[in-house]
Amino acid sequence: MDVKRINPSQAPEILFWVGCAGSFDQRAQKVTKAFIEILNAVGIDYAILGKEEMCTGDPARRAGNEFLFQMMAYNNIQTLNMYNIKKIVATCPHCFNTIKNEYPTLGGDYEVIHHTTLLQQFIDEGKIKMKDGGEFNGKKITYHDSCYLGRANNIYEAPRKVLETLDAELVELKRCRTNGLCCGAGGAQMFKEEEAGDTRVNLERTNEALETGATTIAANCPFCITMLSDGLKNAEKEAEVEVKDIAEIINDSMVK
Amino acid sequence: MQILQQVLFVLLAGFGFWFFWRNMSKIRRNIFLGRKEDRNDNPSERWKNVFLLALGQKKMFKKPVVAIMHLIVYVGFIIINIELLEIILDGITGHHRIFASMLGGFYTFLINFFEILAVLVIVACVIFLIRRNITKVPRLVSGELMGGWPKQDGNLILIFEIILMSLFLKMNSVDLVLQSREVAHYAQTDTFLISGALTVFFEGYGNGTLVFLERAFWWLHIAGIFFFMNYLAYSKHLHVILAFPNAFYASLSQQGEMANMPAIQQEIKYMMQPELAPTPDTSGATPAEPQRFGAKDAMDLSWKNLLDAYACTECGRCSSACPANQTGKKLSPRKIMMDTRDRITEIGKNIDQNKEFKDDGKTLLNDFITVEELRACTTCNACVEECPVSISPLSIINELRRYLVMEESNAPQEWNGMFSNIENNMAPWKFSPDDRDAWTQS
Repeated sequence: MDVKRINPSQAPEILFWVGCAGSFDQRAQKVTKAFIEILNAVGIDYAILGKEEMCTGDPARRAGNEFLFQMMAYNNIQTLNMYNIKKIVATCPHCFNTIKNEYPTLGGDYEVIHHTTLLQQFIDEGKIKMKDGGEFNGKKITYHDSCYLGRANNIYEAPRKVLETLDAELVELKRCRTNGLCCGAGGAQMFKEEEAGDTRVNLERTNEALETGATTIAANCPFCITMLSDGLKNAEKEAEVEVKDIAEIINDSMVK
Repeated sequence: MQILQQVLFVLLAGFGFWFFWRNMSKIRRNIFLGRKEDRNDNPSERWKNVFLLALGQKKMFKKPVVAIMHLIVYVGFIIINIELLEIILDGITGHHRIFASMLGGFYTFLINFFEILAVLVIVACVIFLIRRNITKVPRLVSGELMGGWPKQDGNLILIFEIILMSLFLKMNSVDLVLQSREVAHYAQTDTFLISGALTVFFEGYGNGTLVFLERAFWWLHIAGIFFFMNYLAYSKHLHVILAFPNAFYASLSQQGEMANMPAIQQEIKYMMQPELAPTPDTSGATPAEPQRFGAKDAMDLSWKNLLDAYACTECGRCSSACPANQTGKKLSPRKIMMDTRDRITEIGKNIDQNKEFKDDGKTLLNDFITVEELRACTTCNACVEECPVSISPLSIINELRRYLVMEESNAPQEWNGMFSNIENNMAPWKFSPDDRDAWTQS
């Protein structure tokens, strides 16, 4: 597909930080591609780092491995500074949080935004227009707040405003916004088996989403998407309900 | 007789304040056993937090009904304690209701106001007791509050407040009866709203009995207050004081930001740019022992973590929002705070006995908080978001996890795999870094 790569002689207006999930995870790759299609359609000057991008170190840091985190941060900051990057957009709230909040003290100062905020800006500026009678017209959508966009960074409105532009019925989960329940993946849980308990966190959250009666669960994080998709499979609801990233939803519904 | 009462009062008050000061100094010392951390930047933002979070109880209002009842108890207690000033002055000087003649009608207004508040406090405390013991609100009876001291503590505080408030009302009521009989020493005031209605219970007694009762209620009330003040040091009720400094020293960064470790940042920098590394010390002096990475025991935590532990009132909002706790895992953020307080208090006692800390073979990690609890955390910040008094259980969990991984290499197998993937493949999964942009080809 048509993807703009970093040009050593000219920094892009905005760097798209794809993230490890967005690069390697098959489900998350679809989100990456949807977002690229939006960026191409809007015509913004963006670029990706390609092979030069590395894990931000978030899962290592949350698991307790500060050495590994610092090493990844050092290398990434070197790369970003070398290309003279000023602004970064990330489709993963963990990457977003780390680069935005944790890189500045280590010498990496950039304007960092999450893709849902960028999408909202595009809509506000009229750069994205929705199709009439789109796919989500009249359907019930619920929105799952990811911890790292919500509580970690207080971003609750932008994703909702983006979803409101669809002619869909937006129903809130019982626990939403500051009370939002985690999908179970954060803090490096994604990479290990859950501790023994009564149920799994992702099943608890998926059941809550199913209670809303929505046919689409909108998410903003590749890990939430994995956890909630697994939850739907477990509840044998994957045929009736789908989990989609907000970028995918917009890409399907916008005029191109 | 009068002078004896005055002497007794001065002795009681002196002892009460001295003992309180002694215990508070110990708690202060215990808190500063923690690691240094500067939290004095941006004072205007910090004062704002004191007003909004501590004085204004902003986060309590996420549950409005409970918040209003809590506000009544809190405002009631602070305002009624203005009356303490008069009680203390009376106690020392031997006067009776020293402000009554000075303030006139305003005095009646004040006492009426206090009495209404006292009734409201009693009502709220009774409802709180019902919530704890009859309707059994889950977060107030579950997990670490199931039995023993924490459960008793919660009930004792409420019973105490009810007793103190009713003593205040009874004291006023007997006083009114004595005034109506123009007994000497009982200066005339207007009648009071609540205690005036209670006089029927006392009118059948003779003057001698009533004077005795009035004195008994007066003494029990003030002695109870001194006792309650000193009870704080041993109780979760300490939050009435520490919620304020805790709001002032609360973290001002985004909740998602994890505390940096400058020592490791330096080390990585010297590793990547060896030309920046300082030349090795050849003077032969013994180098200072490097600080432990992360926390194994309570002293390895920051002083703010320890202040958090003393400020915790065990309300359980954190645990009832915790995804791990709510799905039946062993982790409970409230228990993390209670364990930290128990451990640092134990260390404090150890220092009192031995002049300095003598190894007791115990540590916060393992002996209080288990690895299984720590592993279950998703770092979702729900506990931090919930806490009405600005506590971060997550910060303690993170420090203990750092110790486990960096000092003990204690991590589940899958995490070790994830670490080595990040180190070798620059991604947490086992994919070749060359394939990072393979998605662009399809």
